[in-house]
Amino acid sequence: MNGKFKIRKTPLVLISVFLLLWLTGIVLGEPSRVLEQACSICLSCIGIG
Amino acid sequence: MEALRKWVQAVWFFLANGFWGFPVSQNIYKGPLKVICSPGLNCYSCPASTTYCPIGSLQQLLLSIRFSLQNGHYYFGTFVVGSMGLLGATFGRFVCGWACPFGLFQELLHKIPSVKYSIPKKLNWFKYGFLALFVVILPLVLVDQFSLGEPWFCKYICPAGTLEAGIPMVLLQPGLKKTIGWLYLNKMMILVIFIFWSVVASRPFCRTTCPLGAFYSLFNRYRLIKLKFNEENCTQCKACHSVCPMEIRFNETPDSGECISCMKCMTQACNYDAISLEIGGYSLPNRILTSGKKAGQTLT
Ligand code: SF4
Repeated sequence: MNGKFKIRKTPLVLISVFLLLWLTGIVLGEPSRVLEQACSICLSCIGIG
Repeated sequence: MEALRKWVQAVWFFLANGFWGFPVSQNIYKGPLKVICSPGLNCYSCPASTTYCPIGSLQQLLLSIRFSLQNGHYYFGTFVVGSMGLLGATFGRFVCGWACPFGLFQELLHKIPSVKYSIPKKLNWFKYGFLALFVVILPLVLVDQFSLGEPWFCKYICPAGTLEAGIPMVLLQPGLKKTIGWLYLNKMMILVIFIFWSVVASRPFCRTTCPLGAFYSLFNRYRLIKLKFNEENCTQCKACHSVCPMEIRFNETPDSGECISCMKCMTQACNYDAISLEIGGYSLPNRILTSGKKAGQTLT
């Protein structure tokens, strides 16, 4: 091992916060909206819309 | 290590673009996998795309936030930001170096022999402007009479969208040709500029324009998996400066938001174990990762 092992807590806090946010999105039903959008052609992305 | 990275980039390219039935279907993939977030910038209107692009989806949710609320839906983008944040807090810009199809595209272009130029550091700040203004503020604030905004970054800037969706979709669906106007030409021009710029400079889009890279860069200091600078081992030989594709001086700014964690400095330059890979505080032994020839080293 290179040096001493000291666990870094900040990434774990950040991961927990974003996991909570992600779960909130699921509870609010956002994945179905994301899926709906991703399954239709985005004319703006193509440069037409 | 560099060969491994190229393989990983290729695997991610095919994972994010795994629908090869589009020449028959003449359309984009519409299956359930599209609820999965693409780690790198990858247009979901690309006919082969099997995941959603976080930057595209975030704009779509923000531009229709009022409309959603009027209809009793609370779509604030939490699912998308949560996905992006999970990737950012775990890997930071490792994603850019290892899993972004458009990053790979720029790297391949940069292999074309030509004179090479550096990119002024001041231009690095522009990508934060694109993230704040084109991805968040403008789609959220400028709305029409139906309370709908526009996906400003996708519509006016994104060269990945033009390359992966604009060109192939127009070829697949000739009916779309009739609708081509200045918007399409503007996006083609932006793509051409980035193609030429990528030949003469390393990853110009990632460094100056990519809003996803800007988002991930915010985590580079605090991410779970990162490169660690072991100052006591550093001899200030500056070998790490010469190999870096992002023109970072690792020994001076080890937590730079520009670092895409390609690990060239660690595996190809540093001979003194001054750079190591660290996971949550635990440094991996360097001998596992560094077996290639390094700068200034001769193989016997
Ligand atoms: S600092 Fe090292 S790991 Fe980061 S981009 Fe430069 S060479 Fe790659």
